Amino acid sequence: MSIPETIPIIGASWDDVLFVLFAVAMVGSALLVVTLRDIIRSGVAMIASFAALAGLYVLLGSPIMAATQVLVYIGAISILVLFAIMLTQTKAGPARLVFQTQWWAAAIAAVAIVIVLTAVVVSTDWGAGPPQESATSDVARLLFDAYTLPFEAVSVLLLAAIIGGIFLAKRDPSRDEAGR
Amino acid sequence: MAHSLDAYLVLSGLLFAIGTFGFLARRNAISMLMSIELMINAVNLTILAFGAFLPALKDHASVIALIVVAVAAAEATVGLAIVIAIYRNRRTPLVDEYDAMRQ
Repeated sequence: MSIPETIPIIGASWDDVLFVLFAVAMVGSALLVVTLRDIIRSGVAMIASFAALAGLYVLLGSPIMAATQVLVYIGAISILVLFAIMLTQTKAGPARLVFQTQWWAAAIAAVAIVIVLTAVVVSTDWGAGPPQESATSDVARLLFDAYTLPFEAVSVLLLAAIIGGIFLAKRDPSRDEAGR
Repeated sequence: MAHSLDAYLVLSGLLFAIGTFGFLARRNAISMLMSIELMINAVNLTILAFGAFLPALKDHASVIALIVVAVAAAEATVGLAIVIAIYRNRRTPLVDEYDAMRQ
């Protein structure tokens, strides 16, 4: 049994419906990330936002990036953030003020960014062709051929980040006592 | 809608703006780092959208986005380690209470 080309009653294509679904989920949970009072909940909303974004990557025809999004962002970075939240929360619970006192200036800046970016996107002719999928084998061939140097540089960068992270977060007894 | 580049670009602009607002407005240092992650994801979405719709960037976009993800992971590691180190000294995650250099 094959599914019909378009959704029977509405007449919209499946791609469009999925796009709207993922877009609304992503923007909605991103708004929750920046507005929720309880920071643990905003961490969980961030995971939902990453998951919706992985769906958008699939729609864009890049399965390797969708898999990476799930593995690295949902699997690693979100867990790292949740651990950091649990290490740094005071017992008093969420802070009384969620936002800085000048939060309205940040809101104006964000709205200005949306307006400027939308104007640029709409007024520019990007010369876009029909969407095309990028096969994982082609991506791999390119990564280990033309992009070998950036690949190796990233590996050195990750090693440096591991060492730096351990050094920074390491408990230093003498400094701990002096700091208090 | 799913087959137009503009829709993806506007969507990622929206996500970037939400991240900007969170970074500027939140008081908690970890919330600010989460907002940075949102902005990095918006940039990645832009890269992949261009890769899907412009034939010249077809496979390059995925490679560039992979490298961006690796750099973002390194940034998150060091950033969170810095926040934890500051928290250990100051006993608060709120950035507006880090005012030692103002006194």
